[in-house]
Amino acid sequence: MTNAIDISALGKQYKGVAALVGVSATVPMGKVVGLLGHNGAGKSTLIKLILGLIAPTSGRVEVLGESPWGSHSVSLRRRIGYLPESVSFYGNLTGSEVINYLARLKRASGQQASKLLERVGLEYARNRRVSTYSKGMRQRLGLAQALLARPELVVLDEPTGGLDPQATRELYEVVAELRADGHSVLVSSHVLAELEPHIDSALILRQGELLAAGSVVDLRRQSGLPGVVVVQLKEVADPASFARELDELGLEHDVRHDGQFEIQIVEGGKLALLQRLAADPSIDDIVVKEASLARLYDYLGAGTKRQEERNA
Amino acid sequence: MSSILIIARKEFRDDFRNRWTIAVAVLFAVLALSISYFGGAAAGKIGFTSFDATLASLTTLAAFVIPLIGLLIAYDMVVGEQDSGTLLLVLSYPISRVELIAGKFVGHCSALATATLVGFGVAVVIIQIMQPEARTAEAWLSMGNFILSASMLGASFVALASVISVMNHDKARAAGLALVTWLTTVIIFDLCLLAILVFTGGNQWEQSAFPHLLYLNPIDVFRLINLTTLGSGSGNELFMGMTATHVYRPWVLYLVMLLWVVIPFELAQFLFRRKEV
Repeated sequence: MTNAIDISALGKQYKGVAALVGVSATVPMGKVVGLLGHNGAGKSTLIKLILGLIAPTSGRVEVLGESPWGSHSVSLRRRIGYLPESVSFYGNLTGSEVINYLARLKRASGQQASKLLERVGLEYARNRRVSTYSKGMRQRLGLAQALLARPELVVLDEPTGGLDPQATRELYEVVAELRADGHSVLVSSHVLAELEPHIDSALILRQGELLAAGSVVDLRRQSGLPGVVVVQLKEVADPASFARELDELGLEHDVRHDGQFEIQIVEGGKLALLQRLAADPSIDDIVVKEASLARLYDYLGAGTKRQEERNA
Repeated sequence: MSSILIIARKEFRDDFRNRWTIAVAVLFAVLALSISYFGGAAAGKIGFTSFDATLASLTTLAAFVIPLIGLLIAYDMVVGEQDSGTLLLVLSYPISRVELIAGKFVGHCSALATATLVGFGVAVVIIQIMQPEARTAEAWLSMGNFILSASMLGASFVALASVISVMNHDKARAAGLALVTWLTTVIIFDLCLLAILVFTGGNQWEQSAFPHLLYLNPIDVFRLINLTTLGSGSGNELFMGMTATHVYRPWVLYLVMLLWVVIPFELAQFLFRRKEV
């Protein structure tokens, strides 16, 4: 078994409306894979299919070598940890009671439950009712329960919703630890830029279809989307004449605020451009930016749209 | 511990924590004692009246209250979790849907049965202490019969509530449907039977079919279990008059009551397995 998740030609319809169409993808063992897409792209539907919470209309899913709705589905779920989007718990119970109840259902020890509360930094609030928890605290409790019984696969649906920057960083630290321990992680988000540094590869969904799949480097290569150089002119420099110079060189650019320019890098021309800019005395600072996942998403989405329009 | 027991224990504790169980037990005890003490007030006497009369009044009362409580504690067992967002999380755990609903069913039924046993049990003990002539084996048997059948009545309405809870996607709608179910079984069903009696005027058909129609309502089955053992003059003449021509066997009544627990519960399971979350 080399893949934690194996999906082929998967489709799901709700009352005749297609939520997912012919999706084929894999999540390799021990890797962190991002599931990307805007709201309504089909991310949560795909996750529910992976967890066996709903049955597909067509196609096949295999999770850790088993079918999620087959005869072994109950024992399979012990090997999976899941954090639902905007997770909620039994408000009348304390944090400690919630995690202990869920630990019993997953046949994990009470000791492990306590350790996990500590790991997500909720030890101090363990005897408080969950109804008094902030959204960030609920999310951390959600992460703790997803790690009960040391699951081989962890599925996190929009895990950073409602978290402050520090809590977000801590969450991704846990993801990195999971990866280091050999766990496979599928993490969904619509905050594309945030996921980028933490994932090995991405699955990009748009309107229920798989738009692209692969590592961020692969996706960049596939799209042919160039990076940009952001240039800050010195205060004394004349932005109008710098813009003319760029036009003469045939370089696409956008003017941002206060003498700041964003110049598109043409394929194979990055070094030549940087040498030229470095030699320009009117330039104060240069920053090179590779295409972000957010830009890739827009670019790939627009490409598909253009293709659809041509076909129509 | 099996998953069903883990879930049942949580639901049982929740019912205690929400004060449901304690409130219901206190309500039953107070009602039982008041009926027993003030039951004869209309006839001009105050004090503990005959045990049979007390039990007959309790039966009438329990027939109203227990179904309502069963429906109220259980109507949100699935739709409530769906509404609050915990259902998705729990279903991602290594338990089957049958185990989840069975655990909740067992938990609520045990809470209600505990309230019935403690509430009425305490009342019976007090009555027995205050009224030495009630200390007979028959009285204990009637009370045991009453508590057992009342617990089964509670279980049947918890089962009906679980069907309502699985069928609906909206908690408010489920609550409305629970109240409609209560009104139908407590009042409307018997009114319909009375209407049939009036219109047919007591012909042959009525005599043969009517006693069996009572099996269609668990509340009537509960009344039959208790009132037929008490005989006439026990305070529910109308009901007894309606059924006087038929001899009911206790085991048949208990069997029908059991079916009223099992069939709705099986239906709830069936629907829950097919429910999209």
